[in-house]
Amino acid sequence: MIVAVTIVRVRDLFAAGMMFAIYSLLSAGLFTVLGAGDVALTEAAVGAGISTILVLAVLTLARRYEHPTGGHNWLALAVVLATGAILIHATLDLPEFGAADNPAQVHVGPFYTENSYSDMGIPNMVAAVLASYRSIDTMGEAFVIFAAALGVFALLSVRPTRDMPGVRKRRPPRRPGKSPEGKRP
Amino acid sequence: MTVLGFFNYWVVVILMMIGFYCVIARGNMVKKIMGLNLFQTSVFILFVSAGKIVGGATPIVREGVEVYSNPLPHVIVLTAIVVGVAITAVGLALTVRIQEAYGTIEDDHLGDDIDDEED
Repeated sequence: MIVAVTIVRVRDLFAAGMMFAIYSLLSAGLFTVLGAGDVALTEAAVGAGISTILVLAVLTLARRYEHPTGGHNWLALAVVLATGAILIHATLDLPEFGAADNPAQVHVGPFYTENSYSDMGIPNMVAAVLASYRSIDTMGEAFVIFAAALGVFALLSVRPTRDMPGVRKRRPPRRPGKSPEGKRP
Repeated sequence: MTVLGFFNYWVVVILMMIGFYCVIARGNMVKKIMGLNLFQTSVFILFVSAGKIVGGATPIVREGVEVYSNPLPHVIVLTAIVVGVAITAVGLALTVRIQEAYGTIEDDHLGDDIDDEED
C-alpha cells in the first residue's frame, strides 16, 4: 500500500519540488516495513531533511519555475520504456521476494547475524558491521564527503568576475553576478 | 513464483525508469538532480528488498526474535545514501555556479548567449 502511494507521489514530483521530501519520507516508511530501521532513519534525515534544504537553498538563488518544454520527449520516453521492459524481463530471473532461502540470505549474511553481537557487543548489527567489519570503507566514505564539501566550497567561493579564465572569456554574460531576474528575451 | 513475489522488483523498475526519464528528458538541472535521486532511491529499495526475509525483524539483537533481516544490504545502502547526498550537494553547487555565470539553469537556454554574440 505504501508502495502504491509512493508511486503516485513520484508522478507528482515533476510538478512540485516539495514532493521530493514526501517521497523520501514514504520511502523511509517503506524501508521500515522492509525491516531496515537504520536505513529508514537515515533516509528520513538525509533524504527528507538535508536534500530538501539543499534544493530549497538552490531554488532561492535560481529561477523558481521550470521553463515549459512543450510536449513530451518521445525519444526519451521510448528509451525509458525499452530499458524498463528489459529490466522487468530481468526481474523474472530474480529469486522470490522475502524467501528465507534466497541466495542473499544463505551465503555470508548469517555469519554476521550470528556473530556480530559476540564479536562487538553491539546489539545493532548494522552499526556493528558499518563501524567494525567495514570500518575502512566507512573511513573512505568520510573522505568522499570531505571531498564533496571541498568541491562545494571551491565552486561557491569563486566570485563571478568577467575575466574568469575558461569558457566565459570571449562571451561575458549579460547579467554578471547574482541577479536572477527577468525572462530571457 | 507468484505475482506478489515480484511486485517489489517491478516497483523498483518503475521508480527507476521515472528517475531515468527525469534525468534525460528534463532540461532543468534541479529536476535532473531530483531524477538522479529518484534513481538512487529505487536502487536502495532493490537492495533492501534483497535483504528482506518475510517475518524477519530489524537486525537489532534482542530477546524473543529468531529471524532478522540480512544486515549487509542495509549497511551498503547506508553508505550509498550518504554518498548520494554528497553527490547532490556537489551537483546543486554546480547548478548555482551555472546560474551565476549564465543566468539560467535550463539546458536549452545555455547556448543562447553564445549564439547571439557569435552570429
